[in-house]
Amino acid sequence: MEVNVEARRILAVSISKLYASRTQRGGLRLHRSLLLSMVMRSARDIYHSSRETEGQTSEEPMETSSKEGCDSEITEDKENMSPTKQSRKRRGKASAAPDFLPSKRARLEPGEERYAAPMGSWRFDPPPTHIAHQGADLHQRSRDRGITGTMVQALRSI
Amino acid sequence: INPGLVGITEWFLIVLRIADIISTVEFNHTGELLATGDKGGRVVIFQQEIENKNLPQFRSEYNVYSTFQSHEPEFDYLKSLEIEEKINKIRWLPQKNAAQFLLSTNDKTIKLWKISERDKRPEGYNLKEEDGRYKDPNTITSLRVPVLIPMDLMVEASPRRVFANAHTYHINSISVNSDDETYLSADDLRINLWHLEITDRSFNIVDIKPANMEELTEVITAAEFHPHQCNTFVYSSSKGTLRLCDMRASALCDKHSKLFEEPEDPSNRSFFSEIISSISDVKFSHNGRYMMTRDYLSVKIWDLNMENRPVETYQVHEYLRSKLCSLYENDCIFDKFECCWNGNDSVVMTGSYNNFFRMFDRGQRRDVTLEASRENSKPMQVLKPRKVCAGGKRKKDEISVDSLDFNKKILHTAWHPQDNIIAVATTNNLYIFQDKVN
Repeated sequence: MEVNVEARRILAVSISKLYASRTQRGGLRLHRSLLLSMVMRSARDIYHSSRETEGQTSEEPMETSSKEGCDSEITEDKENMSPTKQSRKRRGKASAAPDFLPSKRARLEPGEERYAAPMGSWRFDPPPTHIAHQGADLHQRSRDRGITGTMVQALRSI
Repeated sequence: INPGLVGITEWFLIVLRIADIISTVEFNHTGELLATGDKGGRVVIFQQEIENKNLPQFRSEYNVYSTFQSHEPEFDYLKSLEIEEKINKIRWLPQKNAAQFLLSTNDKTIKLWKISERDKRPEGYNLKEEDGRYKDPNTITSLRVPVLIPMDLMVEASPRRVFANAHTYHINSISVNSDDETYLSADDLRINLWHLEITDRSFNIVDIKPANMEELTEVITAAEFHPHQCNTFVYSSSKGTLRLCDMRASALCDKHSKLFEEPEDPSNRSFFSEIISSISDVKFSHNGRYMMTRDYLSVKIWDLNMENRPVETYQVHEYLRSKLCSLYENDCIFDKFECCWNGNDSVVMTGSYNNFFRMFDRGQRRDVTLEASRENSKPMQVLKPRKVCAGGKRKKDEISVDSLDFNKKILHTAWHPQDNIIAVATTNNLYIFQDKVN
């Protein structure tokens, strides 16, 4: 149980560091973001496994949330671009957002991903062809989600 | 060169200078010049002046030789990103003529600076007045040639090359090759090879960017050329590995010649194992036989001929292992400490917190903790060794872990290539210490 509490605390600290780093002068630091995501992943794994042993989590919501995790890659930008669209996240008891997450759903404002972006540069690399384009921004965003996408998945699967 | 730390407790202060936040410190190849780069993009160069050269015990001074603005803040309009002017690294070129050259880099752009002295000026022009105005031609009745007369020494720095637009990610290292023609620059995912004369192109020699960025597991943290073998360089990773590469093997050195890695001790596993194993600095020994790496808690010496473990490991501040969670919260766990060798590779040095820095004598198996602080560094007063009390009863003069000031960190240190003179940068000050027994 103590490990669980510790894991949650570390997750909360990591998320706030992630948000803070987006406004850092000089842009997102890849190395730091990577290390943050690793800590978050460890904390998330501990948190998950300790919840399993406590028998609080049933199979179904976990499957849903991992599916949502996969979907998030494709749907996230759609949701970002049309904020009025209803959130696809179920509001059932078991999958209610844990209390250490911000109460508002975390998302970037339209165009804000530009700030988060030293991770990709389409000046140097050819564009991937498998991602559907929804405007010039999306190419940039698909690269930005390198680290942030992983961390968003981490959040969703809690 | 002094054998080891004979005067292990005999360091005293010779220079203390208030500065902007220093971000890099580097002696040139003779040690006569010391360059510092700061967060504001400025470079300050100090020059050694030796009193009483004939005496066996001489005292050095380092005085400001040149100051110039190397980098300015820039804005990348394409990505809406500000590019910091902070100087990440300075590397000197070996001296070939009267002028000195150094490379300085911020996150994105490397510049080659020429530092030259002017101590004469021409006087007595035929057609011009002393103030530069042209004379009325009708008044000129004779021919005279200007002569060079001595003037006060003026040191000029001018940018000779700008190497830009080759790095998508943040540059962490530059290293001049022993061939005196090329140098490398490394960012988080790529290493580029440049020719010093050519600015409009570079060769990419290492690329660890995965096709899908979500599969990224490690980044490049430092890179350096071998001091003698111009085909060999090493780069370190955030996973604690070192890769030695041979540029003769192929144009793209993604495949390493040697991989240096120590298996992790499973009993030390924690949330933060990955962070603390990330290598923050790598330095070849002067003789080229060893490499030294710095991770968060230790310094490791690697023999180039042994890949499976380091030959020596020195604990810098093991007492912090139980504090990793707090250090994560206050961001200190992300601090990138550098390390350096002394001139004959017998002693290594690195920084710590509370303005402490540590020296490890490899031969004598001794180590010492010293402090760079105004209160404890009176000129001509020998530095007293410090000791941290990790637990239990604190002895007199010991400092307990809980009273360490984690805002006072020494990330950058440098050792004179020949003498026992060291430069240590705290947050706002540059200290230069000299060994009394010199």
